[in-house]
Amino acid sequence: MHAVRERVAALLFGTAAVLCVVAVVLICLFLVINGAPALIHEGIIPFVSSTTWQPATDHYGILAMVVGSLYVTAGALIFGVPLGLLTAIYLSRFASPRIRRLFQPLVELLAGIPSVVYGFFGLVVIVPLIRQIFSVQGMGVLAASLVLGIMILPTIVTVSLAALDAVPPAYYEGARAIGASHERCVFTVIVPAALSGIVASVILSFGRAIGETMAVVMVVGNNVRLPTGILEGVRTMTANIVLEMGYAADLHRSALIATALVLFVFILAINLLFSLVRKRVRS
Amino acid sequence: MISAPAKLATRDLDLFYGDFQALQKVNLEIPSLSVTAFIGPSGCGKTTLLKTFNRMIDLVEGCRITGEVLLDGEDIYHSMDTNFLRKRVGMVFQKPNPFPMSIFDNIAYGPRTHGVRRHSELEEIVERSLRNTALFDEVKDRLRHNALSLSGGQQQRLCIARALAVEPEILLMDEPTSALDPASTARIEELVCTLSEHYSIVIVTHNMQQAARISAQTAFFLLGEVVEYGPTTQIFSDPHDSRTLDYVAGRFG
Ligand SMILES: Nc1ncnc2c1ncn2[C@@H]1O[C@H](COP(=O)(O)OP(=O)(O)O)[C@@H](O)[C@H]1O
Ligand SMILES: [Mg+2]
Repeated sequence: MHAVRERVAALLFGTAAVLCVVAVVLICLFLVINGAPALIHEGIIPFVSSTTWQPATDHYGILAMVVGSLYVTAGALIFGVPLGLLTAIYLSRFASPRIRRLFQPLVELLAGIPSVVYGFFGLVVIVPLIRQIFSVQGMGVLAASLVLGIMILPTIVTVSLAALDAVPPAYYEGARAIGASHERCVFTVIVPAALSGIVASVILSFGRAIGETMAVVMVVGNNVRLPTGILEGVRTMTANIVLEMGYAADLHRSALIATALVLFVFILAINLLFSLVRKRVRS
Repeated sequence: MISAPAKLATRDLDLFYGDFQALQKVNLEIPSLSVTAFIGPSGCGKTTLLKTFNRMIDLVEGCRITGEVLLDGEDIYHSMDTNFLRKRVGMVFQKPNPFPMSIFDNIAYGPRTHGVRRHSELEEIVERSLRNTALFDEVKDRLRHNALSLSGGQQQRLCIARALAVEPEILLMDEPTSALDPASTARIEELVCTLSEHYSIVIVTHNMQQAARISAQTAFFLLGEVVEYGPTTQIFSDPHDSRTLDYVAGRFG
């Protein structure tokens, strides 16, 4: 009876695991098979290195979108990483337990807000602000970077905080016992000791930022061109897909799926980097 | 009893963790340039007393102290900068705790903290500290390697070198060999003996033979009190208190 129950359980869990793997494999296959026609039509290199995106004449180059994605993602990291890291350091080593009990759940709450809400916030607060300050239209790299910068905060804070909390107390005591002040000890011993976890938090938020769609579409401007300044509108890979998927057909549709494939490769590379960093931590 | 001028002395030192009294009326005079051993069963307050000497005890929340701790006659709890105090009174912990950085940076950490910037000067200090702990020849080719790659015994000697790098006057050692194998233990004991020519050393140990081998005077603690303090030979061969006799004879742990 016991043995039967265990076998049924194993079968059930095994099936669930297999289904997950099948889903990933199917998505890969879907992307490759459906993206292939456009990639063959353009050639892989021209597809990612040309800036001409003209579905009407069947010209599909996504360089502008790749650069757009990298711009807003880099911008998000520039805003989000310092802010999130300092928050994590503050919560881990400076805040009183009461403050921490209050702040930590609030930061984690940021992760639960739907991205359309972030987009809306960007649209009604950040874009008008940029418009006023710089006398430009407002939508663009800067607006998207700010919105994404806020969106990645919970990832940076939570993962970095865990890494900082995990630093053995013996390091802290050792440094204090030589006469280092609390601040010196935090910044010269504890933060470096937590560095691999902090790098992991940055890599994870890179993945989150580059894959974000809804919030970005709402504030990034969506112009297909190589950006020359941070106030200009650009289009990201994700935005490109979601904006044109509704009416695309044939080669156009295939080019959009190939865009998703390129994005997928980026995410894959990021995950690989992440597991490399984690492996270095363990050894 | 001990006539040399006291490097470190306590006067009626009481210490409370919240309501719990961990030290009671401790009066000790620790002489200069010699090895003083603290022995006694677990939980009798040896670590606690050691931590009052460099005010690491300040990091424990809810800890309260009355009485005095005098360093060269000056009360360290009265208007003395704790970071400067800890430069003068170094500490080595029970478990080796090198920082997760290079051997060089570990040793340079203290001097850098206290304002040494010139690289040539740091190099000199690192080499001297490593030579002082007989570690230089073992690690001279890998000063840039991570300190965590060293063996346990080497790590502990590195921690001693790290403490010596800021040229302290006193070295506090809290069971520095309890996590080490016999060979490494022997090396550290030898080291303690040579270092006592230049530093006043206070060492906590669980190992009675170790105290007998390396210390000039020994204090025996029980339940937060100094039961007996005197020359090591006397404590081990002719203790005045029956509880000391029971302990050094191994009759309780
Ligand atoms: N941070 C602390 N808070 C409360 N009690 C403590 C603390 N540290 C030590 N104690 C208590 O103080 C007593 C002495 O501890 P300790 O100095 O570590 O003893 P030893 O080093 O001789 O083994 C023990 O009863 C221990 O439980
Ligand atoms: Mg102890």
